[in-house]
Order: sequence, then C-alpha cells, then structure tokens
Amino acid sequence: MHQESEIRKPLIIGDKSYKDITDDIIRPIEGKANKYWWMVFTLSVVTFCWGLCCLFYTIGTGIGVWGSNNGVDWAWDITNFVWWIGIGHAGTLISAVLLLFRQKWRMAINRSAEAMTIFAVMCAAIFVTMHTGRPWLDYWLFPLPNQFGSLWINFNSPLVWDVFAVSTYFSVSLVFWYTGLIPDFATIRDRMTKPLAKKVYSIMSFGWSGRAKDWSRFEEVSLVLAGLSTPLVFSVHSIVSTDFATAVLPGWHTTIFPPYFVAGAVFSGFAMVLTLLLIMRKVFGLESYINLKHIEYMNIVIIITGSIVGVAYLTELFMSWYSGVEYEQYAFINRATGPYWWAYAMMMTCNVISPQLFWFKKIRTSLIATFILSIVVNIGMWFERFVIIVPTLCRTYLPSTWNMYHPTFVDIGIFVGTIGMFFTFFLLFARFFPVIAQSELKSIVKSSGSEWKKKGQENHH
Amino acid sequence: MSKVIIHGIFDDEDQLKDGATKVVSQGHHVKDVFSPFPIHGIDPIIGIKRTRIAICAFIYGVTGALLATLMMWYMMISDWPTEVGGKPNFTYLVNWPAFIPITFESTVLCAAHGMAITFFLRSWLIPGASAKNPDPRTTDNKFLLLLEVNPEEVAGIEATLRASGASEVNLK
Repeated sequence: MHQESEIRKPLIIGDKSYKDITDDIIRPIEGKANKYWWMVFTLSVVTFCWGLCCLFYTIGTGIGVWGSNNGVDWAWDITNFVWWIGIGHAGTLISAVLLLFRQKWRMAINRSAEAMTIFAVMCAAIFVTMHTGRPWLDYWLFPLPNQFGSLWINFNSPLVWDVFAVSTYFSVSLVFWYTGLIPDFATIRDRMTKPLAKKVYSIMSFGWSGRAKDWSRFEEVSLVLAGLSTPLVFSVHSIVSTDFATAVLPGWHTTIFPPYFVAGAVFSGFAMVLTLLLIMRKVFGLESYINLKHIEYMNIVIIITGSIVGVAYLTELFMSWYSGVEYEQYAFINRATGPYWWAYAMMMTCNVISPQLFWFKKIRTSLIATFILSIVVNIGMWFERFVIIVPTLCRTYLPSTWNMYHPTFVDIGIFVGTIGMFFTFFLLFARFFPVIAQSELKSIVKSSGSEWKKKGQENHH
Repeated sequence: MSKVIIHGIFDDEDQLKDGATKVVSQGHHVKDVFSPFPIHGIDPIIGIKRTRIAICAFIYGVTGALLATLMMWYMMISDWPTEVGGKPNFTYLVNWPAFIPITFESTVLCAAHGMAITFFLRSWLIPGASAKNPDPRTTDNKFLLLLEVNPEEVAGIEATLRASGASEVNLK
C-alpha cells in the first residue's frame, strides 16, 4: 500500500475509524435541521422567489425592462452568466484535475465543490436562456430540422460553440457527480431506519452493492471521466471567452482571452468553494476532515490563479499600448479612467492586490481572513466581467451609440434571485446528500489519517 | 451435495486481502468481495480481470467525433453552404478550424455518457434495482469475503480466515 511521509500533516485529524467517518458524514442527514439552517433556507427561498417574479416580469413584458440598451446590449445578463460559469469551474477542477494529479486533499471537498458546479451552471443557464429576449424560441439554438427549409445554425459562431460547450459541461458534470454519489447513497440506505427515507435512498443508490467488480469499474469510470472533464473544463471557459475574442470590438479582440478567462474562472471558483466550506465545516462539525491544511492548499491555488489574472490585466494594458492601435489604446484608457473607472479600480484591488495577502502564512491559515478575502475575490471577479462588457460597449466605434448603462430593479432582482436559487439548492444538498465523499475518504485513512501516521512513526523509531 | 456459503467478515481491508490470498492458495474459489471502498490489489487475488470499460469509452468518443463531423459537414457544407462574414465554407477542410470546438464537445459528450451508461448497465445499477450486498454493514465499515464451498471444506477455510483476522465467519 502507498505510504505517505509522516512529515506531511495528516488530512484526517482526530484518529477516525471507518465507522467514525460514516457517522460523522451521515449524521446531519439523519438528524433534524437546526434553526440556522431553516433561517438561511427561508431567506434563500424568498430571494429565489423574488428572482422568479423578476424573470416572469421580463418574459411577460419583454427584455426592455432590463437596463440593457441599444449601445450596451450585453450587460448584467452576460456578466452574471460568465461569473456563474466561472464559479462552476472550481468544482470540476477539484474533482477532475486534482484526481489526475492524485491530490488526496481533494477528497474532503470534491463532493460539495461539484454540487456547487452544477448549481452554478444552472444559474448561468438562466441568464443565457433569458438574454436571447424570446426564451420560448431558445430551441432555435440547437441544430433541429425546421419549417424554414434547410436553415441551419451557423457552426462558425462561438455563440453556437457555447451552446454545445455549456450543455456538455453541465450534463457531464452531473453524471460525474452522481456516479460518485451512488456508493454513498448505498451507505445511507443500509443504515437508514425510517422506511420512506430508506426507500428513497434505495432508489437513488441504484442498487449499489460494493462488489469488487463494481468497484473496479467504478474507479475506471471515475478516472476516464476525470480525464474527459479536464480538457472539457478548459474548453468551456475558452469558448466563453471566444464569444468576446472573436468580436472586432477593441478591448475584446485579444488572443489572451482563453487562458485569462480559465485562470479567472478557477480563481473565483476556489473563492466560492472556500466561502461555502468555511461555513459548512462549522455547521456540520466536519473540522476533522476539512481542516486548515485544505484551506491553505485552496488559498495557494487562489494566489497562483490570482497572479495569473493580474499578469493578464497588465499584459492587456501593455499590448494595447504596444499595438499602436489608437482604438485599442482608447478602450483601455476608457476602462481605467472613463465613466466606469470605479469598476476598474474595484476589479484591480479585489483581484490583483487582495489575493497577494495570502503570501503571508498567518493570513492564509486564518479562517476569518480567508472567509473575508474569498468574498472579496468573488466581488472582484464579478466586476472583472462587468468591466470587460459594459465600459467596452458604452464606447464602441460609433460615437452616436455611446451611452451609459444603469441596471434596473429587474436586473438586480434576477441576479440576487440566482444567488437565492444557488443557496436554496446548496442547502438542500447539504441537508439530504452526503457532503463529503465518504467512500473515497475511507480509502485514505491509512495513508493520511492521523492515527496511522503515528503508527508509522512508531515503526520507524 | 448442496454447497455452503461462507461470509468471512473483516474489519480491515489488508486482513481481508491476506485471508483471500491464503484461501485462494489452498485452491478455493472466492466468489465475491464486498467492501465500503475499493480495495486496491484485490482483483488479481480473486481472479477479476481488468475492466474493458475504458475501451468502450474510446469507441463512444470516436463515434461522437464522427457524428459531429458528419452533422456539420451536412448542415454547413452540403445542405446549405452559407457565406458568413466573407468567409465561404464550400469545403469541409477550409472551414475545419471553426468546427474543432463542437467536434471536441461531441466527443466528450458521447464518451462520458456512453461510458456511464455502459457502467450502469453492466453492473446493473438502475433506479429501483435491489442491492445484493449480503450484509448491510459492508457499505459502512466491514469487508466481506464470500465463498461457496463443499461442506467438508468449511472447517479449514474458517480456520484460515480467522487466522488472517476475520472478526466473524458466518455460514449460510
């Protein structure tokens, strides 16, 4: 069996046995929800409903109820879409890329990060389906035979690539996540005493028995799905970035966009994972499994991706100057000093400066500092998308289309509503699903658990 | 003569592996192993061949790539060639760079879903299927070795399993 150095800090602390792991992770599902859960859940559902009202208002009246206008025809809708898709990327990165690199610390966080991916992509989907203006005609996005003769969608368009990329990403992430959940549902099924719950978990576990052959296939499927999801996750945000990069607008027409978008997505995604997990580990008492080591590792990923994003911002500025194209130069001067200078300043502060604080070990191992900075990063990444979209569109080639953008209450309502929806789904997930992949976690007890590390040390001396 | 089913229950996967190795070396056949998580290295001991499911995934992936190519060739080149932004698309090859993203997505889509469906069907994991683990504790913290042997062999096997550290040996 693989033995890990004793110098490396244990990933599971508190001398947990296999039974303890099952108990600790399943207990929140078997018990009743506490009043904090109900409070946050009620708040989330109310916000979600408000978002739904705004959505129905948009559908009933028309997209004119948004602040988007003739010049700034993409605004909060696409900002929010890119923001949510970006947040989703961390889940796939944690479960797929870290699986390929055999990073064991992923096992404590991959389940909830993948759940986050799925809910975030659902939120993103709301914005893309709505921004077409006539969402009931969105089936036109797919290559279906139609009544217009043989009129097909244009496969040269990145917007069509996006349809395929996002739907593939969503469905593959869902399958990857559910496959991993099956053995854990079986564990709940086998220990549940309430008949109705037992029945439901029995259906959800698909009759999993844990036979050696099933495990062998299960591991192969996980590995291959990870191998497929890794290029998939990079392709999705690269394609999202080509929505902008293939346009001829100054400020959008840059080749740096795909890597810059992917790094930004991972950056914001990890920040969101931290925000959620710091609360969840406390509420469910999972400190033994999601400990400081995990938080420090995630903060290190945030420093790296945050620095990549920072370098990308500076490269953009340099290239606009170096290109000698006055339109390109104006686009960036306008971003930094134009009517939306405050958004640019916000983006630079939150995304470039704040993650650099994690170089200090004190800060990156402090729970409160991590929690605050994770929210700061997410605000910054929202502003990044806003800066790319709105200031660019309010000053395009044709000065007669120059105008300002102001969000209406509907724009704000839908955005806040998706946050409500995200938390509603995440809270339901945390209540009824095993939030840690316990069957995976059990397999590292002997190599990374504190008890076994001690035993290893005794054997050496 | 009817066979006897033995459940050797272990608390530790390494002890189960040890027990399985000894039982197999005595010439018995291990029918199955049930565990709460994958036991690495158990497959060769109990004679399980490496799964070929990854080969299926490769075939599904190639199918996905071909389907996407065929679809885009038919729609964009054959059925209604259009000139978008001054970029004519009268041959597939000239237009090919723009078709790479969707070809890739289709490859991943078909490979991932095809593989998952194959896995679910081969292991018969479908909603409503009944679980086949003989002891509910095997999804929690117990490891179960299942043997089907002649009655006269039972005593020897029981002794071997106990010596390897089995916490229970149940006969059915």
